[in-house]
Amino acid sequence: MKRTLRGLLYHAIALVVSLIMFTPVYLVFVNALKTKAEASSMGVELPAVPQWQNFATVIERGKLVTAFGNSLLYAVVATLIGTSLAALAAYVLSRHRTRFNRFIYFLIIAGIAMPTNFVTLTKVMQLTHLINTQVGIIILYAASQIPFNVFLIYAFVETLPRELDEAAIIDGCSPLRLFFYVIYPLLTPVLVTAGVLNLLGIWNEFLLPLYYLNRSTYWPMTLAVYNFFGQFQSDWSLVSADVVLTILPVIVIYLMAQRFILAGMTTGAVKG
Amino acid sequence: MGNKAYPFYFVSGALFLYLLFYVLPSVMGFFYAFTDWNSFSSAVNFVGLANFNLIFSAGRGYLPFLKNTIVFTVATIVLKTVIALGLAVLLTRGLKHLAHFHRVIMYLPAVLPMLVVSLIFKSILNPATGLLNTSLRAAGLGFLAQKWLVDVRWAMPSIIGVDTWRGVGYIMVILIAGIQAIPRDYYEAAAIDGASGWRAFLHITLPLLMPVLTVTTVLNLLHGLKVFDIVFVLTNGGPGRATDTVYTVIFDEFSKGRYGVATALSSVLFLIMIGLGYLVIRSMHRSEAG
Repeated sequence: MKRTLRGLLYHAIALVVSLIMFTPVYLVFVNALKTKAEASSMGVELPAVPQWQNFATVIERGKLVTAFGNSLLYAVVATLIGTSLAALAAYVLSRHRTRFNRFIYFLIIAGIAMPTNFVTLTKVMQLTHLINTQVGIIILYAASQIPFNVFLIYAFVETLPRELDEAAIIDGCSPLRLFFYVIYPLLTPVLVTAGVLNLLGIWNEFLLPLYYLNRSTYWPMTLAVYNFFGQFQSDWSLVSADVVLTILPVIVIYLMAQRFILAGMTTGAVKG
Repeated sequence: MGNKAYPFYFVSGALFLYLLFYVLPSVMGFFYAFTDWNSFSSAVNFVGLANFNLIFSAGRGYLPFLKNTIVFTVATIVLKTVIALGLAVLLTRGLKHLAHFHRVIMYLPAVLPMLVVSLIFKSILNPATGLLNTSLRAAGLGFLAQKWLVDVRWAMPSIIGVDTWRGVGYIMVILIAGIQAIPRDYYEAAAIDGASGWRAFLHITLPLLMPVLTVTTVLNLLHGLKVFDIVFVLTNGGPGRATDTVYTVIFDEFSKGRYGVATALSSVLFLIMIGLGYLVIRSMHRSEAG
């Protein structure tokens, strides 16, 4: 009897916490379908008649087609560059541990903690003529993911048997062939993990475009939403619709790739 | 083997991008921090410690935001750790069913853009029409309703609350993995000796979780010191400057063209965080070895 009561209590607590975590997300989905008047208080009630045209309105007024394309471009290309370069580096640093290579490894992963100096980075962006360009923001995003990716992949390379490399070298494989034909395929799980985390991180990011992209046609979704909010503050139904379109891809990727996200998040923090 | 099989040029691409866009600006920062670099003149003059004097002198308005950043950081560390630990234990030891479902829901806020989270809570925390106050009033708890983001006393606690809501699931997931790594035999042996529940938590879970708790604390610390989006959107440092933090002030100085002061601030933050970063690496390697 006492045990069942306790079990019920535990379930009740978990349910309440989950409700608190889910309600704000539910709010934007339900308010995105309301009229302006219905959504003025951002309440939990369902809309009288679902206003599907809200989405068409924000896509047009918020210039979301361009913004969505930009976000997709930045996230995908930067993730590809960031994971590939990190994989190459992590592989060599993990396999060939000279004093110098260990120093380079620690220098790179110190970047996980290092804050960005946005002010002097502006100077670097100007000197390299990358400020206010799409190439520039992609390179910045790729670079920003490198420390974490190297950390993640380095640990994974340790688990691959060295005998593979030795066998390939005896067969006369060049370093590049060895990497791309033998190692790269084996890195797939960790590359997917790093890739998913990079994609989400870049999709959600807001500061780099805020500093370095002032042309609105280059803005990603986050900046477009923020700007849209500035213009339509009083219309929560449209702001909600805009938010829904921004987070829907994130939620879909999260539900599909949970396993990989959790693996990446817990590597390093927990043994194994 | 050695250099031939593992050539250094494999490392060069990643290293080059990292050095050029992250290390170089930080190093340049230490030079520009001692200058009057600004957007109004093209000349950059050496001004010694003037920027640092400005930042650390009392009464100039810079010290309160340092305090805000520390308050935010400490409060979110404590709240997230305590709540996440409770939830992690609940989902691993308390619940037999639905634990996975709850974990998926509780982690969800952590994958949402901070910007979006802030926008949603701007509406929820609206004093007149927001969901929080209307729910409190509907439940007969109207006396608890506050002018959350508008009241000087409540603005920072509100921001801390929103950040905790967003980040607690992330910390919980790491702690769950930590708890699952503890061998079950320990609990079984303890149960035979008559120790279960609270005592098992105190004498088995907590001590064995210490390395993981160290890591989550440092992760929270780094996150807290870099807080920007949430403050920028929820209050933009207001009311007055009651919720300004290091990064919002840097952005503010940057927008006003006072690059020297902004970069001096960045450099101070850099030194603090590199010191802490050293701790991350050390604690991570200790937990790997342990």
